[in-house]
Amino acid sequence: MPDNPNGQSSWHEPIIRALKENEVRLAVYVPDNVLRPLIGAVDADAYFTAFAAAREEEAVGIICGAAMAGLRGIVLMQTSGFATLANVIASLAVAAQIPALLMVSERGKLGDFQIAQAITARAMRPILQSLGVEHHTITRVDEAEFITGRTITQAYKTQAPAALILSPLLTRNLPGRQNPSASS
Amino acid sequence: MNSHLKRMSRFDLTCRLVEQLKHDEAVIGGIGNSNFDLWNAGPRPQNFYMLGSMGLAVPIALGVALAQPERRVFALEGDGSLLMQLGALATIANLKPRNLAIMVWDNAMYQITGAQPTASAGRADFVAIARGAGLEQSAWAADEEDFTALVARSLSEDGPWFVAAKIDGSAPKGQTPREPAIIKDRFTRAMAQKPGDGYGGL
Repeated sequence: MPDNPNGQSSWHEPIIRALKENEVRLAVYVPDNVLRPLIGAVDADAYFTAFAAAREEEAVGIICGAAMAGLRGIVLMQTSGFATLANVIASLAVAAQIPALLMVSERGKLGDFQIAQAITARAMRPILQSLGVEHHTITRVDEAEFITGRTITQAYKTQAPAALILSPLLTRNLPGRQNPSASS
Repeated sequence: MNSHLKRMSRFDLTCRLVEQLKHDEAVIGGIGNSNFDLWNAGPRPQNFYMLGSMGLAVPIALGVALAQPERRVFALEGDGSLLMQLGALATIANLKPRNLAIMVWDNAMYQITGAQPTASAGRADFVAIARGAGLEQSAWAADEEDFTALVARSLSEDGPWFVAAKIDGSAPKGQTPREPAIIKDRFTRAMAQKPGDGYGGL
């Protein structure tokens, strides 16, 4: 797992591997600066059909349609975008039992400068909890592939939506902790 | 605006569409009267009756179209619903899915909630909006024959297509059973069959 030129770990690589291992070929995103390496990777890789939607809700509709027609998809978004989704998760993905995969970069925590992100960050897990949506937070590169892959597997086996939250502990590149190869 | 356009029956137009579907085309019926009249036109396993998530019939149809380029996919959406998700038109215009057609029933009101006027009762023109989003093959259906011909073109020529029809205020004859998990299961099973195989399992 190579480090990037800034000495930072490539946290997105195990996620890309897990998406491929589980045949998630559609990645629809609403851009986020933290997600930039992951968005760049899906955009650059012909394995994926990747594009931006105008709105997170639209992106969830697209991957729900794709999932029902046999193409696995995931939505990439930031915390504030997730906060727009309660209705579509409840009335489409949960109600119709569609394995919609959501990946959220966790903004509004551990030094974020955006007050709006901070408020929506506090709402995110309670929303998922109250909708009964399985969700996991990824904090470490060496756990990213396992958590991502297992979450996708369970979502499809149980026909239920699931959310993966990318903690700043993962995406903000703590040297030594993040990348197993860096400590060796 | 568009005062020359005939106001038609949503149920009649939906029947005219369904009658032309011979190759297991997928149809996504938007929330409320759009999917109720799709149900009333005769249940098909290739229909997804969207009971919640107002505004998402078009994005769902896009997802199906991307998953199955060999199957034609229709979205049936009301004017109020389309107004919730206009950005989706721009997304579709850039992706240019050849197998996707969007049908908009415009009665210029939120009919099911008490006939409050939508923006198309005022100045909004959906075909102008679609063209502005980049959907070049966009047209108003002037009357029933015109609508039927536009459906035929959307079945035989490359899309994406956008067809809008002015409709009257008639209520649907009945409502789709509120069974989202069953609707999804039927639809998913139908989508797992090859288009043209005539899968009719309900």
